[in-house]
Amino acid sequence: MSKLVIENVSRIFPAVGGGTPTRALEPTNLCVADNDFVTILGPSGCGKSTLLRMVAGLDRPTTGRILLDGRAITGPGADRGMVFQSYTLFPWLTVSENISFGLRERGISPRERNAIAGEWLDKVGLTSFANHFPKQLSGGMQQRTAIARALANSPEILLLDEPFGALDNQTRALMQELLLGIWERERKTVIFVTHDIEEAVFLASRVVVMSARPGRIKADVAVDLPHPRHYTIKTSPEFSALKARLTEEIRVEAVLAAEVH
Amino acid sequence: MKPLAPISSSARVVLGISFFILFVAAWSYATFGGFVSKTFLANPLTMLRDGWWLLTTQGFLFDIGMTIWRVIGGFVLAALLAVPIGILMGAYKPIEAFLEPFVSFARYLPASAFIPLLILWAGIGELQKLLVIFIGSVFQLILMVAVTVGSVRRDLVEASLTLGARDAGVLKRVLIPSAAPGIAEILRLVLGWAWTYVIVAELIGSSSGIGHMIIDSQALLATGQIIFGIIVIGIIGLISDYAFKAANRAMFPWSLI
Ligand SMILES: Nc1ncnc2c1ncn2[C@@H]1O[C@H](COP(=O)(O)OP(=O)(O)O)[C@@H](O)[C@H]1O
Ligand SMILES: [Mg+2]
Repeated sequence: MSKLVIENVSRIFPAVGGGTPTRALEPTNLCVADNDFVTILGPSGCGKSTLLRMVAGLDRPTTGRILLDGRAITGPGADRGMVFQSYTLFPWLTVSENISFGLRERGISPRERNAIAGEWLDKVGLTSFANHFPKQLSGGMQQRTAIARALANSPEILLLDEPFGALDNQTRALMQELLLGIWERERKTVIFVTHDIEEAVFLASRVVVMSARPGRIKADVAVDLPHPRHYTIKTSPEFSALKARLTEEIRVEAVLAAEVH
Repeated sequence: MKPLAPISSSARVVLGISFFILFVAAWSYATFGGFVSKTFLANPLTMLRDGWWLLTTQGFLFDIGMTIWRVIGGFVLAALLAVPIGILMGAYKPIEAFLEPFVSFARYLPASAFIPLLILWAGIGELQKLLVIFIGSVFQLILMVAVTVGSVRRDLVEASLTLGARDAGVLKRVLIPSAAPGIAEILRLVLGWAWTYVIVAELIGSSSGIGHMIIDSQALLATGQIIFGIIVIGIIGLISDYAFKAANRAMFPWSLI
């Protein structure tokens, strides 16, 4: 049973100032099962963000269509939560108000909003920062808030576009465990975009590898590591074998990408 | 001095005041030293004596009150119209396409050039003074507010859309709060310009106000009074500027972090 179906979706950006149009994404097919955690892995510039933005409804495909629960996506909506690579918390709202933003847009009462925000503050470990403004938080805390903000809205699917890309390695590892812990409890359908191989393997039950520009899917690798996953799994032979295989897949693409850019 | 290195707040106050002292010292030197004729430039003491005389016997406080009321009246009218229009222009591109060319054109029409027309239309009463300030401020305000709202971070708007915000929600809960500190700053700036228009309006066909006193004093060659009037305008401007800044800081604490 597929939660999300991507059918023949491509994206060509029109030429600017007499240049050639950019083929950001070749016609792509992908199905994501309910409650699955899929990571999309590829070198930068291969169209990962473009694909994710089309699922979010922030961009329209040039060809093809995207179905969520069988209904075609025509624009952005609360059923698809998104966490961006850049920090996109609303700077005029406190952490708690940021988390309840979507609930407020849906007309949920302040009391219920507060209760739900309180739960999510607890789940991402930011209860004592509830009344801070985003600029008073570290990058990792801001992204934790952004994850809580997206999930508090209980979307059908959670989309993350390199959310930990700007964080240092230690923070990133902690954030991966936090996100995975939440997923193991809530079992949301998740699409997570990254260019980091280890991150892709650690989080996913399935890694989709994309080729360099023009982007298309070149491999689809199941990750059968058991849950709950502990960070020590990163040193297991199974993990290393998967990593080696994906490194090989992505290396070819990275070399190609380096030639293009 | 290191570029961009901050200084302590007491050093800031001392430095700020010392320029005023330097300024008055140079003025005293030029006038008391006899380098400039009394007819053209009164010395600081004469200025203070004339000012005291104006305040105590000539009812100058009433003139100051009139001028302040005109600036605030005209400016508030302009802001009440301009801020909503500017927000709509910034948020909705068709409205911008419809109004922007005209507002850009109207912005360059000097408010002072309208004074003769406004006297024909509205007489030399209060309405005419308010209209000069209104015309001088409203187009500037509209354009600047529109630019501020139009340049709100696109990714914040996108984030709100993925959280389920609709058109009205994006406008009310993303564009407006995000642009609010910028709009407050624009109001502070344009209020400063409104002061220039009010004095010009009072120079022509007026029977009260700081500008009226200045033009009367010119006929009497009372440079001390003129300078006192100018300094009063400066002081009021300084106070309103500080009040505005303090209000902005209190209203938008998040924008200063
Ligand atoms: N709005 C746009 N207009 C034109 N070209 C774009 C636009 N967005 C992305 N692209 C191009 O599409 C390609 C894929 O971009 P993107 O999806 O951001 O890659 P990734 O997220 O994998 O790094 C890049 O070459 C990029 O320059
Ligand atoms: Mg990207």
